[in-house]
Amino acid sequence: MTATLTRVDTATAAPQKRRRRALGWLAVVPLLAFTALAFGLPALAMLDGAFTAKDPATGATSYTTGNLTASLQGAYLTALIGSVKLSAVTAGLGALCGLPLAQAVVTSRSRALREAVLTASGVLANFGGVPLAFAFVATLGNAGVLTQHLGLTDKGWDLYSFWGLVIVYLYFLIPLMVLTITPALEGLRTQWREAAQNNGATSAQYWRHVALPVLLPSLLGGLVLLFGSAFAAYATAAAMVGSSIPLVTLQIADAISGNVLVGQENVALALSLDMVLVAGLVMAVYLPLQRRSARWLA
Amino acid sequence: MARLNLWRWGVFGLAGLYFLVPLAASVVFTVDVPGQGVTFDAYTQIVSADGFVSSLLLSLELAVVTIAVVLLLMVPAMVALRLGAPRLRPVVEVVCSLPLVVPPIAFVAGISTVLKWGPEHLSRTPLFQTFVAIQNPDFPFVLVLAYVVMALPFVHRALDAGLRAVDVPTLVEAARSLGASWPQALVQAVLPNLRGALLNASFLTLALVLGEFTVAQLLGFQPFAVWIYSIGGSQAQLSVAVSVLSLFVTWALLLVLAGFGGRTRTASRDES
Repeated sequence: MTATLTRVDTATAAPQKRRRRALGWLAVVPLLAFTALAFGLPALAMLDGAFTAKDPATGATSYTTGNLTASLQGAYLTALIGSVKLSAVTAGLGALCGLPLAQAVVTSRSRALREAVLTASGVLANFGGVPLAFAFVATLGNAGVLTQHLGLTDKGWDLYSFWGLVIVYLYFLIPLMVLTITPALEGLRTQWREAAQNNGATSAQYWRHVALPVLLPSLLGGLVLLFGSAFAAYATAAAMVGSSIPLVTLQIADAISGNVLVGQENVALALSLDMVLVAGLVMAVYLPLQRRSARWLA
Repeated sequence: MARLNLWRWGVFGLAGLYFLVPLAASVVFTVDVPGQGVTFDAYTQIVSADGFVSSLLLSLELAVVTIAVVLLLMVPAMVALRLGAPRLRPVVEVVCSLPLVVPPIAFVAGISTVLKWGPEHLSRTPLFQTFVAIQNPDFPFVLVLAYVVMALPFVHRALDAGLRAVDVPTLVEAARSLGASWPQALVQAVLPNLRGALLNASFLTLALVLGEFTVAQLLGFQPFAVWIYSIGGSQAQLSVAVSVLSLFVTWALLLVLAGFGGRTRTASRDES
C-alpha cells in the first residue's frame, strides 16, 4: 500500500513539475520578447549604424570602421576626453566628500537623521536632471542669487564652465556615494576596532590595516559607479551649458537633432557605441567589486 | 568623544550648507524679483502657463501606462521564476541589468535610427502605420517602450527584494490545495504579500518618468521635463519655480513611499 502510494506521488509530481516549468516559460517569454523588441532592436540598429557608411551619391551602404575611427578624432575625441575628465574629477571628489558624510551618518545615534539623509540621498542620486540644473542657475548662474549678492562674477566665477559643472554634478554624485558606501561602513564591526585597540593599535593603524581593506572593494565600486553616472549624464549638462563644454553626450545629442553636417548620424552612433563600451567596462569592474564587498556584509 | 562629535557636526553642517543653499537660493530667486520686491507671481502663474497642464498630463499618462506595462511584464515573470524554471533566473537578471550598460543617450540614438527605418524602408508596408502610430505626439507610445526598458533595473530590484521575503511556492501550494485557480492564487495570495514591493516599484517608475528628459527631448516630444527646459530661456523665474516645485513633489512622493514601507534603508541600499 505504502509502495503504491509513493509511486502515485512521484507519478503526479513529475507532470506537475513539468507544468510549472512550462508556466515559468510562459510568464517569462513576454518579458523577453518585449526587451528584444524595445531594447534589442535599437541596440542592434546602433551597432549596425556604427559600422555602416552610406555613399551620398549612390545611396549604397557598405560596412566600414570609418565611423569608429572618426569618433576618436578631432572634436569628437575632445568631447570624449572632456567627458572622461569631468567624470573622473567628479567621481574622485564625490567619493572624497561622500565618505566622511556616510561615516557621520553611520556613527550618528539619531535614527531619524540617518533615515532622512539616506532617503534624501536616494532621491538626489537618481532624480536630478533639468530641475537641478535650473536650481543651480538660479543660485550661481550669471543672474543667480549668490552670484549677485556676493559679487562672484568679479571674482572670476562662471557656472557655465568645467568647474561649474563639477559643482552641479557633485549634487547627485555625493548622495550616490553615500548610498553605495553606507552598507559597507555599517559592516565594520565595533568588535574589530576594539580588538585592534586591545592589541595596541592606534586609530590610524586600525584604519590602515583593518577598516580600509574591508572598505576598499566598496570604495572602488562606488568610485566606478560615480564615474559611470557622471559619464552618462546628459539632462543637467544640456540644460546648463548647451554645448559650450565639449561632452560626448552633448555631441551625440547635437548629431541626432541634426545640428551638424549631414552624414554625421552614423558617427553619433559610433560615439554611442564608444559610450556603451565605457559603461560596459564600468559594470564589468563594478559587479565583481560589489560581490566581493557583499561578503563582509553578511 | 567630544572631538568626534564636533567633527561629525562639522561634516553635517557643510553637507547641509551645500545641499540646502541651492534650494533656498532658488526659492529666493523666484520670490524676490529685481525691481518688484517680494512677489509670488511666479508660483501663481504656473497653472495658467502655456503648456504646463498639457505637458504635466502627458507625463502623468506616460507614467501610468509605463507602470502598468512594466508591472504586467515583470510580476508574472518574477513570480514564475520563484515557482520553477530556475534556469531562467540568471537570464532575466541579465536582461534587466542590460539597460544599465546603455546610457539613455546611446539608447535614444538607437531608437531614432530604428524610427527612421519607417519612412526609409517600410513606407509601403502595413508596419509603417505602426511606426506612425507610436509616434503620435498626443500620446507617444514609443516613449512608453523606452521608459519600460529604463525602469526594468529599478523594478527588478524592488520586486526581487520583496519576493525574497515571501515563500511563494508555499503560498501558492496552500492556495491551490484550498481550491484556488492559478490566477486566484496569484492575485489573492501572492500579490497582497508584495504590496510594499509593488508600491516601491511604481513610485520609482513614476519618479523616473516624471523627470525623464533625454529620450523625450531627442525624439521631439514635450512631456514635463522638456517643457521646463523649453521655458527656461524666456521665463527664468517661472522655470525655476516649477523646478523647485517638482523637486519637492518628487521628494514628498518618495518620503511617502518610505513612510508606507517603513523600509527606506533596504530600498536605498538596493539602489546602490
